[in-house]
Amino acid sequence: MARQLRLSSPASASSLFNRLQLDDDLEADVRDLYASTETRDLFVTVDDPKKHVSTMETYITYRVSTKTTRIEFDLPEYCVRRRYQDFDWLRIKLEDSQPTHLIPPLPEKFVMKGVVDRFSEEFVETRMKALDKFLKRVADHPVLSFNPHLNAFLSVKDLNKRQGLALLTKVGESVKHVAGGYKLRARPAEFCAMGEYLDTFSQKLGTIDRIAQRILKEQSEYLTELREYGTVYSSWATSEEELQRPLEGVASCVKTCCGALEDQSESMSQDFLPVLREYVLYIESMKNVLRKRDQTQAEYEGRLEAAILRKQEDRTPMPVEVEKCQDKVECFNADLKADWERWQSNKRQDFKQLLTGMADRNINHYEKCQAAWESLITLLQDKQTEDKTSETN
Amino acid sequence: MMMADSGSTEEVAVIGNTDITSAESENNIINTMVERGTALLRKMEINVAEAEKRTGKNTVNMQETYTVYLIETRPAETIPEGAMPAAPDTLWRRYSEFELLRTYLLVTFPYIIIPPLPEKRAEFVWHKLSADNLDPDFVERRRVGLENFLLRVASHPVLSNDQIFFLFLTEEKGWREAVLDTGFQDKVDSRLKSLSAMFRVKNPDKRFTALKQYSDELNTVISQLLRVRARVADRMYGVYKVHGNYGRVFSEWSAIEKEMGDGLQSAGHHMDTYAASIDDILEEEEHYADQLKEYLFYTDAVRSVCRKNELIQYELEMEVQDLAHKKQQKEELLTGTVRIFSLKGMTSKLFGQESQEQRESRVAALDQSIHEGEETVLQKNKECKEFVRSAWEDIERFKEQKDKDLREALISYAIMQISMCKKGIQVWSNAKECFNKM
Repeated sequence: MARQLRLSSPASASSLFNRLQLDDDLEADVRDLYASTETRDLFVTVDDPKKHVSTMETYITYRVSTKTTRIEFDLPEYCVRRRYQDFDWLRIKLEDSQPTHLIPPLPEKFVMKGVVDRFSEEFVETRMKALDKFLKRVADHPVLSFNPHLNAFLSVKDLNKRQGLALLTKVGESVKHVAGGYKLRARPAEFCAMGEYLDTFSQKLGTIDRIAQRILKEQSEYLTELREYGTVYSSWATSEEELQRPLEGVASCVKTCCGALEDQSESMSQDFLPVLREYVLYIESMKNVLRKRDQTQAEYEGRLEAAILRKQEDRTPMPVEVEKCQDKVECFNADLKADWERWQSNKRQDFKQLLTGMADRNINHYEKCQAAWESLITLLQDKQTEDKTSETN
Repeated sequence: MMMADSGSTEEVAVIGNTDITSAESENNIINTMVERGTALLRKMEINVAEAEKRTGKNTVNMQETYTVYLIETRPAETIPEGAMPAAPDTLWRRYSEFELLRTYLLVTFPYIIIPPLPEKRAEFVWHKLSADNLDPDFVERRRVGLENFLLRVASHPVLSNDQIFFLFLTEEKGWREAVLDTGFQDKVDSRLKSLSAMFRVKNPDKRFTALKQYSDELNTVISQLLRVRARVADRMYGVYKVHGNYGRVFSEWSAIEKEMGDGLQSAGHHMDTYAASIDDILEEEEHYADQLKEYLFYTDAVRSVCRKNELIQYELEMEVQDLAHKKQQKEELLTGTVRIFSLKGMTSKLFGQESQEQRESRVAALDQSIHEGEETVLQKNKECKEFVRSAWEDIERFKEQKDKDLREALISYAIMQISMCKKGIQVWSNAKECFNKM
């Protein structure tokens, strides 16, 4: 499904009209929560981490695979290797060239070298999942996915980042150079509501993060005691005869439960917490976009006010700049609203998945434990049958 | 979950049924005791039905609060359909009276492993559980423990026939006098002495040595188990309770959401349920701890029997040694050789031989002493053999009981764990459903 690249940005009314048209399409798309695979035509995956050691540095690269039917791409499939730096480059380019859009966040750039092992399996795995998420979100975005920087990122063998692609959109240019120092008069209510929502949501996510961490801590301490508990049963078994097998059975059950809990904790730590934290970053990104919108509006209002005053003085017509500013604001507002809707529905899916994942992990843990104890009862009661029959015989 | 039938026409009520509650499993232990059928239990049913607080003046004329327990006894006959069961005979006893009864039994039946009483003060507690003797949960568990004690005594082939025990169950007023009349108090002191005395037996009975060692090991390991279990309980409590915070935050979060709001809110309630569920779980686990404690205290009784055996053995050895000594002395007197130093011997050496008459009278006295000594040795030997025989009979009975009871306890513990897992699965499945509706 080919789309018109929204790279041209005439400030005329007709193009505004076109833009609105496109926006209608956008709205329709957003209503499909996740566009079905038949309509999606760009698939990306990040996997296969590999360590590279050179004289200068050691770093990890990831395989980025692309499958697409879009005509903007020369080939239907691509496979390139990228490192974090490259993703960062892409993100910056996207932010610069599409400032009216919400760009998904990347996992944290800097890690304290003494504290976190940048090359440990867990860290690399977690980071890779976040990069995959990032790229998929960009690829799913109806505007961002057509960005030429993304195209380059996905297809070019050696990404020469210094070669700054001069394909900045005109809108991008103009928004980038928003003059500062304008004070916003009246923020429309819907954007106020967005801001408030983001603040509260961010707070709640922070609380959930803290709770999850606390649970992990308590579980870890519980696990320590539970392990010792199991060993006491083993030790007891050594001084018993008839009771030896039952006691060893209990010890083995306890051990199984320890293993199950360890798995659950690890999974929470690796899958649950990072996604939660990434959403906090996402919220920050969204807030930034809101701020930029405010600035754009403020500039428009400022220029408009100045122009009106001048008009009153010497009857000069409304300068083109002011019209351009008005355009910018309206464009920005439209993009933002569309992105907001998309963000909200994605958020709903993401959290549904996150929380059901958490529930599943807990269910899984209990199922493992239950199975262990049930098989122990079979063992214990088997012996009982043996004893009873030998008594009656 | 049915077990393959091994061909017997066994009742399979317990076997293969993992839905049995742990209370039922405990009942199985009690039922087994009744099944064993002593004459006493065939005659009557025994219950410790209630507990009540009383206040009164104690021995130093100070007000004190204590708990009394209601012992109910009724004839063990089958009630015809529709008829009311006969009203039970009842009397009240306090813990100290149980203690008195037990001391009496310890002293009167030193070759029997006397069942222990439930603990006087709560030990091995985890932080939330009260260590207060007047705490209703503690009192309730003690009530169960006291009933258990009575049933153990009542189902014992030897102890169940004791008259003082019978009076304990049936005579509220006159019992104390009856016990004191037996004169068992005198034996108490000597028993205490024997328990604490340091003596060495030359030829210890290997079986008793092994038993004592086992008993000490069991004591150590159960203590350890109870300590660690209390810590595990503490930690588990923490994990569950923190989940309650999810309830609150989901509720707050749901307030700013539109479509997600309901799902979050309901999920929050399930988190609260999860957090609250730990209280019952841990309360139930206390029963398991009590079962372990009973055997922990049993090890003291076992040790006691071993010590008594050592004492008797030692006394026998002393008598044998004494007799040998006397025989030696006689021989020396007759042959004139002095191998054993004696003051009389030395003085006669120094101050001249004694007369024939003197010597003869001494020999006669010795003969008498030897004769008495031989009687004593015979008697002590008999005593020793009898003690070993009856003690070992009880020890075998105890071992079987212990193996059976502890296996039942482990089964009931496993059942508890399964129940806890099922609850967990239920709550999280409910929460998952709510999340799916988000």
